[in-house]
Amino acid sequence: MAQKIVVDPITRIEGHLRIEARLDGGRIAEAWSSSTAFRGIETILKGRDPRDAHHFTQRFCGVCTTVHSMASIRAVEDALKIQIPDNARLIRNLIMGIQNVQDHVIHFYHLHALDWVDIVSALKADPARTAQIAQSISDWPNSSPEYFQQVRDRIAAFAGTGRLGPFQNAYWGHAAYKLPPEVNLIGVAHYLEALEWQKDVIRIHAILGSKNPHPQTFLVGGMAIPVDPDSQNALNADKLALIRKLLRKARTFVEQVYIPDLLAVAPAYLDWAGIGGGVGNYLSYGDFPMDNSPGTGSLFFPRGVILGKDLANVQPMDEKKISEYVTHSWYSYSKGDNAGLHPYDGETSHRYTGPKPPYEFLDTDGKYSWVKSPRYLDQPMEVGPLARVLVAYAKGVPEVKAAVDFVLGKLGAPASALFSTLGRTAARGVDCLVLAQKNEQWLDELANNMGRGIFETFNKEKWDPATWPREAQGFGYHEAPRGALGHWIRIENGQIANYQAVVPSTWNAGPRDPKGQPGPYEAALVGTPIADPQKPLEILRTIHSFDPCLACAVHVLDGTGSEVVRVRAL
Amino acid sequence: MSLDPVSNPAAIPEEVLARAEARGINRRDFIRFCTMTTAALALPVTMVGRVAAAVADTRVPVIWVEYQSCSGDSEALLRANQPTAGEIILDLISLEYSEVVMAAAGHQAEEAKRQAAEKYRGKYLLVVEGSVPTGADGAYCTIGGHSAVEDCRKLVNGAFATICVGSCSSFGGIPAAAPNPTGAISVMEAVPGAPIVNLPGCPVNAENLTATIVHVLTFGKLPATDSLGRPKFAYGKRIHDNCERRGHFDAGQYAQTFGDVGHRQGHCLYQLGCKGPETFHNCPTIRYNEGASWPVMAGHGCIGCSEPGFWDTMSPFYRRLPKVPGFGIEDTADKIGIGLAAATAMAFGLHGVASCFRKGDAMEEDKVVREE
Repeated sequence: MAQKIVVDPITRIEGHLRIEARLDGGRIAEAWSSSTAFRGIETILKGRDPRDAHHFTQRFCGVCTTVHSMASIRAVEDALKIQIPDNARLIRNLIMGIQNVQDHVIHFYHLHALDWVDIVSALKADPARTAQIAQSISDWPNSSPEYFQQVRDRIAAFAGTGRLGPFQNAYWGHAAYKLPPEVNLIGVAHYLEALEWQKDVIRIHAILGSKNPHPQTFLVGGMAIPVDPDSQNALNADKLALIRKLLRKARTFVEQVYIPDLLAVAPAYLDWAGIGGGVGNYLSYGDFPMDNSPGTGSLFFPRGVILGKDLANVQPMDEKKISEYVTHSWYSYSKGDNAGLHPYDGETSHRYTGPKPPYEFLDTDGKYSWVKSPRYLDQPMEVGPLARVLVAYAKGVPEVKAAVDFVLGKLGAPASALFSTLGRTAARGVDCLVLAQKNEQWLDELANNMGRGIFETFNKEKWDPATWPREAQGFGYHEAPRGALGHWIRIENGQIANYQAVVPSTWNAGPRDPKGQPGPYEAALVGTPIADPQKPLEILRTIHSFDPCLACAVHVLDGTGSEVVRVRAL
Repeated sequence: MSLDPVSNPAAIPEEVLARAEARGINRRDFIRFCTMTTAALALPVTMVGRVAAAVADTRVPVIWVEYQSCSGDSEALLRANQPTAGEIILDLISLEYSEVVMAAAGHQAEEAKRQAAEKYRGKYLLVVEGSVPTGADGAYCTIGGHSAVEDCRKLVNGAFATICVGSCSSFGGIPAAAPNPTGAISVMEAVPGAPIVNLPGCPVNAENLTATIVHVLTFGKLPATDSLGRPKFAYGKRIHDNCERRGHFDAGQYAQTFGDVGHRQGHCLYQLGCKGPETFHNCPTIRYNEGASWPVMAGHGCIGCSEPGFWDTMSPFYRRLPKVPGFGIEDTADKIGIGLAAATAMAFGLHGVASCFRKGDAMEEDKVVREE
């Protein structure tokens, strides 16, 4: 018998997301993804100074902070044909790199882990046995029986107060939790350790960007942080040393905690390598320029499109082939709501036609979300670490290939296992590991530049609006932690004439298009088994594997980004 | 007596320490936390014992809701250092609801919120992140099918007090920037007259949030605020007056362009658009991310993010403020806010008022500044 269930709010994400699903025979037959909040920042941007845009767009999201600033300044630099100095490229790479690393670890432990790790079961763990397992999977020093005893006691004292706070009312004891108590205890211990670790390593953003969340030194034409080894008010040797120390701390944790934990948890859930695949199309804009040459040829993560899971045939990405639809979104288009608009010509005219709150169900035959439906060649595309890693893997990027083969080898799984909920979660680990190991190279290059007397971080040639053409347009890309992020800007008479952002969660969370093709979340949920409709833990697993970020997605902007160097509009 | 905070300078009674320890809180950490928090609240060291007694054996119930937000303030909480996020969540408060952190989802999450609001009625602290949209009958933000307006009114009215974190819940923030497409308002506007304290900033500085919570626990009331509802202990001074670059301002040494010698040498950022002279916040003294930095220290001007309407009144962000006279550090926002605005208006007859309608005149004003 068919049954409709609603999960609203989806927690442990950024923003307001609602999933409605129709069950049939214990499985999801159809799903609808809805974002239930709208702010209208694209509308707010019109008429403002393009150099200010990155401050506004950064507020699309406070979780994937930095990314919308990155895409924004790249869009303006593309429009005005500004070449940034090499130091700015490197500082941006470092900011983006540590953002991806820190964000992925937070996602794994604080947003996603509780879908797989049962905290209540951890109370039953034997500390000695836990230590044995921990020591067998990693050299991480916090692994003694005394340590795990201490963690267990702390959690027991907390639970003993009878007030579970953020851990109350969850799905503990659900049949879909498969880990032994000892592995659950390791998960809990590292949940707490990661909480400490993330605030330390992200101090790199404070050093380079003034603060986190919402660093403030992004600048059209470069970065607002000065470089000068002979000044105490600029990036100098002292600060480079602190950044290096934090980068090593970041890398050590990823290598010795995150990846071993991922590999320890995954074997209990290998059935999830066959669940949650979704649309099978993947898009990556590529990122992390390895030199300051024009174009996108030097991107460490290459640009590309994979259609129908065909890894043998990665296609070039052409942003002209992107269009956005609003057939099922609460917007209207001047050309009619079944039209597709390229972002340069994008419109954000909001028109709510849903039920008046409070409501029980949305009208999923009509409009049902604040997220638009972006399509590439009219196909829904999945973006994110999985897409980024697949494109790099298929193109043979050595670091990515090695990391993917290592993880697949450990799990004894074929490459096709990547097209799944588990694959998405594993690919995020690969992405994190590769970047954690790459970051120091950019710091070395920055130190080399400084040693050679190269201090420039800002190209001021086009700072004055008097130097701008009357009309210009640009595309700013970024591979944010959550995937392909694009900002499109049109500048007229020194002001923003139109601004559209198509963010990772717009791609992933969008509703159906005029042809009725579901978006990636919606497609990934179909076929998922639901053991208990009252406790749809399985929905959380697949949705969280995408790392949703809804504030950005609505409208529509989204983002998670990371950055670097300018790109020519294609 | 040593000043080392772990030596227990205020002689927290053994019995209080034991109560904390029984909850699994490390004794050294507890003493450190109480001492640092007392200092953050600008209280004398003799108050440490009172702070300790207030937080030793109860976790105050906290409901943390998000409306039109970016979750930047929730993330800021995760970056807290004195105490850390783990200590706050496990030891200081009982976080009954937080969409970013909580394990439960869907109707179980909403049920946890409803139960906490009922069980701790009149006793819980409500933390609000994000503005409240009033347009389209509340459809611009719904949670579990209920509008933010409805949820907010209900929760604010049942709370002991409400703490607005970040500029959106405090003043409307970015969703309320012109032309305010969704009719976004602050919590103060959504529920007039309720006991509310505002901790604006984009995002909130987590140390200010912790200090506010401990203040409430220790004294049973909200801290003293300015006329905008901001606690004086954190928003009582202008950034300009505590700025590490103030000496350069007074000496007339300015960075003229990003990356020039003045910029590299830490000169004043006033000419690059710094809004420190119009902004009240304790960024220069407590900074962010364990004291690592703050915008002016890193080399970018302040954008005035703790002031109401800053997205409209402080932008364009790279345009320098009109003449900034040398106010003394004893001035507060209440005393000089009007004076500064008046001086500004006289100097330009444009800024402040005109910037509310800034569409189209940004370039025009740039010209004015250049000609000046």
